[in-house]
Amino acid sequence: MNRQLINFLEIKVNENVLVITSRTENLSKVRDFISIHSKNAGLKTNDILDVMLAVDEAVTNIIKHSYSFDPDCEIKIEIFIENNEFIIAITDEGKSFDPNSVPEPDIRKYQKENRVGGFGLYLMKKFMDDVVYSSIPNSYNKTVLKKKIN
Amino acid sequence: MSDFSSKIIEHDKIQIIKLKGYLDAHTAPKLEDNFAELISKNKFNIVVNFKDLNYISSAGLGVFMAYIEKIRENKGDIKLTEMNEKVYSIFDLLGFPLLYEILDNDEQAINKFLGNKSE
Repeated sequence: MNRQLINFLEIKVNENVLVITSRTENLSKVRDFISIHSKNAGLKTNDILDVMLAVDEAVTNIIKHSYSFDPDCEIKIEIFIENNEFIIAITDEGKSFDPNSVPEPDIRKYQKENRVGGFGLYLMKKFMDDVVYSSIPNSYNKTVLKKKIN
Repeated sequence: MSDFSSKIIEHDKIQIIKLKGYLDAHTAPKLEDNFAELISKNKFNIVVNFKDLNYISSAGLGVFMAYIEKIRENKGDIKLTEMNEKVYSIFDLLGFPLLYEILDNDEQAINKFLGNKSE
């Protein structure tokens, strides 16, 4: 049985919530969860790949920055379909950040500075129709990503 | 588990790293190890073949940024080949074609290295 099918069986299609621990090994599970639900919602193949990448970037940012690689924290990923939009809400209880403080990446500048990160948020904004980050300090952070279903 | 593997093949003293599967924050360290190993052996002419790579996230892109300066300081280069359309679109969106040669196949990349040497 291939991995996609095994994960499909683990992720019940009528279950719109996936809760994972903050480990990068769970990224493939997140991508499979998004792939299955976005396909069921009627997104086209290219849009499915865009959403998978955006959610991967959001979860990776939480693991790295919000939880500083603490492997046992919780990340909740919820799926909604409203007004012909595929919506993913990602909640964590780690450190908050100001997304407006992150500049657009400049690859030549990054090369000079030997910077290896800073692309994730930009890719999320480019590949989704809407990205909204909100934070209740000392409580939770929520990233909401939206993609129109065409 | 994320499915990712890489193997290094030597061709005319040029190192070809062949990528397969999904390159994300979990699997990127494996590719970092490949670059670190080649640099430790003073092998700086590197081709990375993307033919069997299905997916890349920004963590994977970061690996190329991490090593390019060091490799070029040693008169080498990283040339990228055979990307699928989606993977290329991500590199393109972030401006990587400004910094890296992205070619259709390994032969073109090898010829560029061999040509550069004879100049």
